[in-house]
Amino acid sequence: MTPHIRIQCEAFDLNDEVEALGHGRSDIGAVASFVGQVRGDDGLTALTIEHYPGMTEREIARHVDDATRRWPLLGITVIHRIGRLLPGAPIVLVATAAAHRGPAFAACEFLMDYLKTRAPFWKQEERGDQHTWVEARASDGEAARRWKP
Amino acid sequence: MTILYFAWLRQKIGVGEETMIVPDEVKTVADLIQLLRRRGPHYREAFADLARVRVAVDQEHTDFDTPITTAAEVAFFPPVTGG
Repeated sequence: MTPHIRIQCEAFDLNDEVEALGHGRSDIGAVASFVGQVRGDDGLTALTIEHYPGMTEREIARHVDDATRRWPLLGITVIHRIGRLLPGAPIVLVATAAAHRGPAFAACEFLMDYLKTRAPFWKQEERGDQHTWVEARASDGEAARRWKP
Repeated sequence: MTILYFAWLRQKIGVGEETMIVPDEVKTVADLIQLLRRRGPHYREAFADLARVRVAVDQEHTDFDTPITTAAEVAFFPPVTGG
């Protein structure tokens, strides 16, 4: 199974990615997917995401490997966007394929929890002329810790 | 050695990347931070509160006690906020 990991400025299409994951195979019985979007609350006008090229890909690949050791997965796609995004825009996609829904759901949530707490991305919020860096949330750390072996 | 800064650390220091010849007595990440703090007020401000700073050595998350004598790349950044 070759996972697909992409860091990109461009938007992605959930249907295309799910279709690509299962294309030409009949062993996949379940695809779980998560899409994170820019939430335009509190007057947020844009979100700019930067990352650490090289380390980002390594860190995601490491957790994708970990997911494949924990669950019998048949396909994984992780896409994270960078650059300036407007409210409503998709930021991140995790899609996992398996024979049954249990591993697909679990691996999808596991990968999202680790993306939030380990992958080197940083978000800066824009509200009009004001720019502020997003602070890490303790609840994200707790969500990731529950997967510790 | 290449030193990288991301997010508000990059903004406070004013550069995203610099190359340094690190003296032999700089053995750990903590030693490197001490050295950088001596470079000026921008650095001292960026490294004022280490509870807000994270480090990666050769693209691996680690802590301030990590040896860097054979490291090629050290990166400083705030806690990550992706996803």
